[in-house]
Parts: sequence; C-alpha cells; structure tokens
Amino acid sequence: MEQLTFETMIAVFEEIFGRGLFWTMVAAAAVVTLAYLYVLFRDRAMSMRKFLMAQLSMPIGAVAAVVFVQAMTHSHLRDIGGPVDVIVLLGVAAMGAIGIAILVYTAQSLIRGKTDGI
Amino acid sequence: MRDMNELKASRRAFLALAAGGLATAAAVRPAMAQAVQTSARIVIIGAGAAGTALVNRLVRRLEGADITILDPSAEHLYQPGLSLVAAGLKPASYTQSRTTDWLPAGITLVPEAAAAIDPITKVVDTSGGQSLPYDFLIVAPGLVLDHDAIEGFSLDMVGTNGIGALYAGPQYAAKTWEAASRFAEEGGVGVFTRPATEMKCAGAPLKHTFLIEDIATRTAGAGKHEMHYAANNNSLFGVPIVSEKVRMLFEDRGITPHYSHVLKAVDAGRKIATFDTPDGDTEMAYDYLHVIPPQRAPDVIRQSGLSWADKWTDQGWVEVDQHTLRHLRYPDIFALGDVAGVPKGKTAASVKWQVPVVEDHLIAAIEGRDASLIYEGYTSCPLITRVGRAMLIEFDYNNNLTPSFPGVIAPLEELWISWLMKEVALKATYNAMLRGKA
Repeated sequence: MEQLTFETMIAVFEEIFGRGLFWTMVAAAAVVTLAYLYVLFRDRAMSMRKFLMAQLSMPIGAVAAVVFVQAMTHSHLRDIGGPVDVIVLLGVAAMGAIGIAILVYTAQSLIRGKTDGI
Repeated sequence: MRDMNELKASRRAFLALAAGGLATAAAVRPAMAQAVQTSARIVIIGAGAAGTALVNRLVRRLEGADITILDPSAEHLYQPGLSLVAAGLKPASYTQSRTTDWLPAGITLVPEAAAAIDPITKVVDTSGGQSLPYDFLIVAPGLVLDHDAIEGFSLDMVGTNGIGALYAGPQYAAKTWEAASRFAEEGGVGVFTRPATEMKCAGAPLKHTFLIEDIATRTAGAGKHEMHYAANNNSLFGVPIVSEKVRMLFEDRGITPHYSHVLKAVDAGRKIATFDTPDGDTEMAYDYLHVIPPQRAPDVIRQSGLSWADKWTDQGWVEVDQHTLRHLRYPDIFALGDVAGVPKGKTAASVKWQVPVVEDHLIAAIEGRDASLIYEGYTSCPLITRVGRAMLIEFDYNNNLTPSFPGVIAPLEELWISWLMKEVALKATYNAMLRGKA
C-alpha cells in the first residue's frame, strides 16, 4: 500500500459501504457517542448497575460482530490461519463488545433517567 | 459506599482528549500541491484502470490543459473481481460500472478506439475518423485476448460442455461458474491452463484452480475430483519462492502440476484438450477445462511502431523504460497498465504504483524540470487458496518479496486477513485509485 493517509482511508471506507451508508454510520456512531457523553456529564458519574447490564451484553455484541463480518465475507472460523487473523478476530469481537456496551449503557440512561440504579 | 460504585467523569479530561484527537487528524492531512498552468494537449488512449486513475490525478494537478481520453467501451470493468464471479462468490454486476461514472468534468471523452498513432507528427486517428494532435500521449488501451489462437475454441462454448474462460468478461465469468459448479457437484477431471504469453494477473489461473478445488471438495466430498494444472513453463509462478510455495500447496491439495504444457486445441465434442509440450503434442481428457488464451497488445500499437522490436515480438508490448514507463524512442509518449512492455505485473496493483510515476514525469516535462519518481516493478496478488483464505503476495522486478506489512501479514502464509483484503478492501481501494485518491 502506498500513501495510506487519513484521506485514503476515508475514501476506502466510502467505497466499501457507499458514501451515504458510511456517513450515516459515522453519524449514528457520533450520535451514540455524544449521547453517551451527555449522560455521563448529566449524571456526573457512571452508574455501576447500568454498567453491569452493559457488560453483560458485551459477549452478545462480540459474537454478533464476528458472525456479521464472517457472513459478509464468505468466511468461517476454520479460515483463521495465523496470529494476525486471531488478532483481527479479537479486534472485531472487541469492537462489537464495546459498541454494544456503550449503546446499552446510553439507552438505559436515556430511558430510565438519572436517578435509577446509582 | 457511593464512591466505590462510581467512576468520576471529568469534563475537562474528555475535552482534552477530543481536542487532542482533532489536532492529530488535522496534522496528518496531506498538503495540496499548487496547480500547474499549461495549455498542453494530452491524449490518453484507454479509460480503463490506468487511464481513468491518471486523468483524475491530472485534472487536479494541471490547469488549462486540453485533455482528451479515448475509449470505445461504455462499460468499465473491475477485472480483479472476475475470479470471484467465476467461483460463484459475486454476481457479474459486481465487476460492472459505466466508464463515464469515473471520469472527471473538464475533459473530453471520445467514445472511439484509436485507429492509428503517428508518433512523428504526433497525431492519433480515431476509429470514427477524428484526428487528435497531441503534445503528450498516454497509451493505456489494455490488451487483447487472442481466443482464436486456440484451435476449436470459441467463446460461445463457455458455460457448456464443461468449458470455462473467466478472463473474457463478466458474462463469461458467470458462465464459467455454471460449468465449474456442475463439475464441483458431479466430480470428474478438472484441467486448468494458462497461456505462454505475458498475461494479466499471473495469479488468476492459480486462484481459479484453488477455488474450484476447495468448492468441489466441500460440495461433493473428497476423492471425487481429479485436478490438473498445466503450467506454461517449468514453474508455477514467475517468482521462484512463490512458485515453490504453490508447488507445496498443490501437493497438499492433490492438484497435479504438468510443466511446459501450453493449451493449443480443444475438442469440445470428445472433451479432449491438446497441449504443446517439449515432447510434442499431448492430449488430456477433461470434464472441466479452464481456458486462458494468449494475450497481446492491440493491433494499433503494433502497427504504429511503438512496440519492442527485439522482445515479445509475437505480443507487441510498448517499448518503455521499465522505471519511468516513458517510451524509449518517443519521449512524449508513456505507456501504462497491461500494454506497457515491462517484465512484470499486468495488474491493477501495478497500475496503482505506475500512475503516480507517469504523473510525475509528465508534469515535470510540462514544467521543464527533472522528475524524481521511479517505478520498481511493484505488483501484488492476493493469491486466493481457499474460499476464506489467501496469501498477500507482493513483489518487484527482481523477484524480491516486498511485503507492505512485514512481520504482520506474512506473504507466504494462507491468511484470513489477506482474504478480507481481497473480498472487502480491494474493490474499495481500486475505486479510490480510479478517482485518483489512492
């Protein structure tokens, strides 16, 4: 790869998902992140009960992310061929886990409000 | 107890983190070069991968240039996708788009082929009778598949009688899958070939062999298929270390290599393929035969005197300096992509690395300065070995492996990540390249 700049990466992601879908997903991720930051600032603390729920959902997110990626790319777990593949697999799982944790935490905070569970 | 159950969130820490991230993103943005003023007439023959990528970069670098691009084809093909279409992994439409989708505003598209090139008077005549004078000419028309060179073979056979030919285009790649999937289900003898000429992506014949073996074994079970690969010379791939690796994989997968076997004739009725070998003609019976014909430069290149006189005389590739892609006899002519007479790499990956070099030398010539970029022959081949695995092989003119991610993605290891690159990231990178952004 030559010239692997930030701009190239954006161009590649636009091509993978299509410009509309890519920026919609970026916007969705940004909205969830902002909502997460909003509830953190609003509550001035993390609620451990909500965080527990978020943590319990993490394995679901991890498995869902791996299944999604493998289904989209005609591949299976048997195709894991070397250390870097394990790292990629764990990376995909970690992203799914963290993504769903933030989503679950934020959703609970927004729905149940500030006082619940602290 | 409250303190133990809570983590304090600091507004200041978040803001600092966000500011840091933005500053980093801003710092890595590349600087945009100043556009060069010129009235040069630039003619580009071919709006394939090379012509399109170059024209999109030139319009950003030049102001006032009169740029004309010639291509009779209304359809743009993403050719690296044909291997996937021929294995039933993507539809034919995956490789198809319109030529005009990728071209920038402010240039002239002539939807005709080049009929003649006069490098002395510097004029290109088109198939529609136009004459286009140029100051600089980029020759990038691709290559021609010489199907007629194989006796008894014609394209209408593809998809029937167990014959495949994935190079011939999206429809033929899809028909190839029809024949190959029947072979996978029913079992039998599969024979996979490659021509003795230079060819597009020398890894593709191997990919097709590996993919069909993998799919066949998974579909009908092991032991029902006999697989044969006919190599054109004494190796399985131009880079010796890769050839050895492929030999080992073939042994492991039960694919029998036949060295110095070049397909010369097909008898579709009897299902017999005839090969030219050092010991004379040899016949092989097949249930599935994959045909890749000899490949040559378009006639207009050879008739215009742009070809090498002492190399590839039956193929006619353009006589260029292998490091600058500039014509050795006509310095205002460059060749890009498949038609360039360089030792390796008729691939989109080569194009990606060739285009910035030609751009640099062309703009330097307009500005009257010396150019600095050099093309070292880099090319790459995500050599698929199974559905779900590939080897990311990158190499240069000297047969050296040139891995982009040394120590992370091993070039001779069958990896899932290399498959992901081929399946997901490659078309995206290709499209970004067409737009001049990668």
